[in-house]
Amino acid sequence: MLKQFADYVAFSLIGLKPGSHGGEALDFFIYDTIKIFLLLTTIIFVVAIIRSSFPPERTKRILSHNREYIGNVMAALLGIVTPFCSCSAVPLFIGFVESGVPLGVTFSFLVSSPMVNEVALIMLWGMFGWKIALIYIGTGLLVAIVAGIVIGRLKMEKYVQDYVWEMQVGQQEIEELTFRDKLVYARDYTRDLLKKIWPYVVIGVGLGAFIHGYVPQDFLAKWAGRDNPFAVPIAVALGVPLYSNAAGVIPIVSALTQKGMAIGTVLAFMMAVTALSLPEAIILSNVLKRRLLLTFFGIVAVAIVAVGYLFNIIL
Amino acid sequence: MKLEVLGTGCAKCKSLFENVKKAVELSGKEAEIVKVEDIPTIMKYGVMSTPALVKDGKVLFSGKLATPEEIVGML
Repeated sequence: MLKQFADYVAFSLIGLKPGSHGGEALDFFIYDTIKIFLLLTTIIFVVAIIRSSFPPERTKRILSHNREYIGNVMAALLGIVTPFCSCSAVPLFIGFVESGVPLGVTFSFLVSSPMVNEVALIMLWGMFGWKIALIYIGTGLLVAIVAGIVIGRLKMEKYVQDYVWEMQVGQQEIEELTFRDKLVYARDYTRDLLKKIWPYVVIGVGLGAFIHGYVPQDFLAKWAGRDNPFAVPIAVALGVPLYSNAAGVIPIVSALTQKGMAIGTVLAFMMAVTALSLPEAIILSNVLKRRLLLTFFGIVAVAIVAVGYLFNIIL
Repeated sequence: MKLEVLGTGCAKCKSLFENVKKAVELSGKEAEIVKVEDIPTIMKYGVMSTPALVKDGKVLFSGKLATPEEIVGML
């Protein structure tokens, strides 16, 4: 139905020729924008209702009872539903480690929370289909769990800034929300998030549509195809400065996939965009000494590159 | 009454500070409004998501940007 609507607007209403560059690009743009916004609104709303039951205070309490392995798995899973903003990364980190959440478990949370989020999922589902979206969640959780266990094993507690361990942390009550409160929270959350990301989505889908209509088929196969062993690490490196624009980046890479970029490379790129961000590193340097910060980034980067190679081989 | 806006300097924290100022004007009450940016003080209140609003030492909410109207109701 959406497809017919997009065809109608592009070809009948505006009168572009089907099969022409401009016609195909516009058709693609209308269809994708409507589809993505419908998905975003519904799913963000549903996730926000679940999210309202998991304020960071509750997540912290759950995790402080868990040790290695189970703790890492729980932390990665809770990372999906606990609201996280990199501007709160410092108080969150201190709150976790001070209440006895092991360092490795805290890192599993810090990796999963920004990477496995509903916006990335919806965009992947909308542009690549549910299989790729599920693979992304699965491998994202795995990266978070493994990275956390490795960091835990390295016993790097002494590379946390000293003041963190001396801090007095108060207890905050967890307010119980009624179902009505949760709906209000979900409505506000959805509205705020959409307000923030809509320009990226429109620009991203627009650029994607342009690539779809104008860039020749197989244009990227030579450089970003599965035969180029450097494509994955380069994609990961490019993902670091592109922080927070997951909503805008996915439609572009989706179009690039159709022009020959390999899917493992795309997944690795996406994970790098969301999990490895420069601003977050700067914020975390308030609580982590350089050695731990670099170890954290290094381990996550290696894990992401491994995911990229793996899926270039099997998909 | 003493109101403290907790936040490490993100955009939302600045907006909350402005909203609190407006709320105090709307309510016509007397209040001292301070911005708290240092981590130890924020942690003392047990706040893990910023921005947060504290009234006379008690955390009213955290991790959201409330509107001036919502805040008036809490003063």
